[in-house]
Amino acid sequence: MNQLMEWITQPWPWYVAGPLIGLTVPALLILGNKTFGISSSLRHVCAACVPAGIPFFSYNWKKEMWNLLFVLGVLIGGFVATNFLANPDSIIVSEATQADLKALGVTDFGNLLPADIFSWENLFTAKGLLFFVIGGFMVGFGTRYAGGCTSGHAIMGISSLQWQSVLATVFFMIGGFLMTHVLLEPLMKLVGF
Amino acid sequence: MMKVAEKPTTIQDPHCEAPNLRKHEDKGLELLKYLILGVLFGIVFVKAEIISWFRIQEMFRLQSFHMYGVIGSAVVTGIISIQIIKRFNIKTIHGETINIPNKEFRKGQVIGGFIFGLGWALTGACPGPLFAQIGSGYTVILVTLISALAGTWVYGKFADKLPN
Repeated sequence: MNQLMEWITQPWPWYVAGPLIGLTVPALLILGNKTFGISSSLRHVCAACVPAGIPFFSYNWKKEMWNLLFVLGVLIGGFVATNFLANPDSIIVSEATQADLKALGVTDFGNLLPADIFSWENLFTAKGLLFFVIGGFMVGFGTRYAGGCTSGHAIMGISSLQWQSVLATVFFMIGGFLMTHVLLEPLMKLVGF
Repeated sequence: MMKVAEKPTTIQDPHCEAPNLRKHEDKGLELLKYLILGVLFGIVFVKAEIISWFRIQEMFRLQSFHMYGVIGSAVVTGIISIQIIKRFNIKTIHGETINIPNKEFRKGQVIGGFIFGLGWALTGACPGPLFAQIGSGYTVILVTLISALAGTWVYGKFADKLPN
């Protein structure tokens, strides 16, 4: 039992986590004919809270309640894993990434998210504007415009062999590479790193 | 416009990209299964450190195989699972035929996908991990989530004016 707990509290390798995530696809299909997709939850929240007469948000969101419960579960799962199954050691970030990020002004490598960026103190600063407000906006706008995110396109879409999802995933990656290798450095300088 | 009449069928809802294909209505406690599945999913997200900004940076800097392994093996598992469901005509627990809607090509998959990619590298999170980060105690991510909701809303507002 102790050994099991020890194993669970260690960071899980990709070959454990990936198949478990992949199994969400058949689990949702078999439990209720649901297609895996997380970004839709954002749309359902808009439809529930601020539909404002917009056709895109005028549908019976209550029928999509399962999706909202699923993401609430993800939030609870985050709480459970962090409070009861946490890794006693801090995260190990690859040396090369640490060196690259140190050059950009990141100093905290002990948490899953660097405190230099993701803290309440940064909320009303240029850093907060870039990473929370603009970053979050692009995630919400982009996923809905694309019709899905990593779960809906990269995992569900490609799993069901749809080339549109391969295309979307390729452009997720192009955007991410461009931000990381070209835009991140000047943007971080601009916001005071 | 605020009130939408009940559609005669739930088979295809043209407005919704996540159409509900089931005829069986999940009610009340039956919906708990999705909550439980979400909890398990959230635990995997945290335990495999997928919610870490650093893991996403490593991925885009090609400095770690971890995220490629996670996404790659998830896709392979998904492909095999769907092939098994199709070959053996596996039904849902309510006996319905499993139905996977086809996605149509839209320019948004290119433009929107690219915009999401930019945001993904900044926030270090796609929508799923946002929820798990908040649950893990990174409460400032609530602001990112609200911004993502704003982004979704703005897309909905201007959806018919954007190239599609």
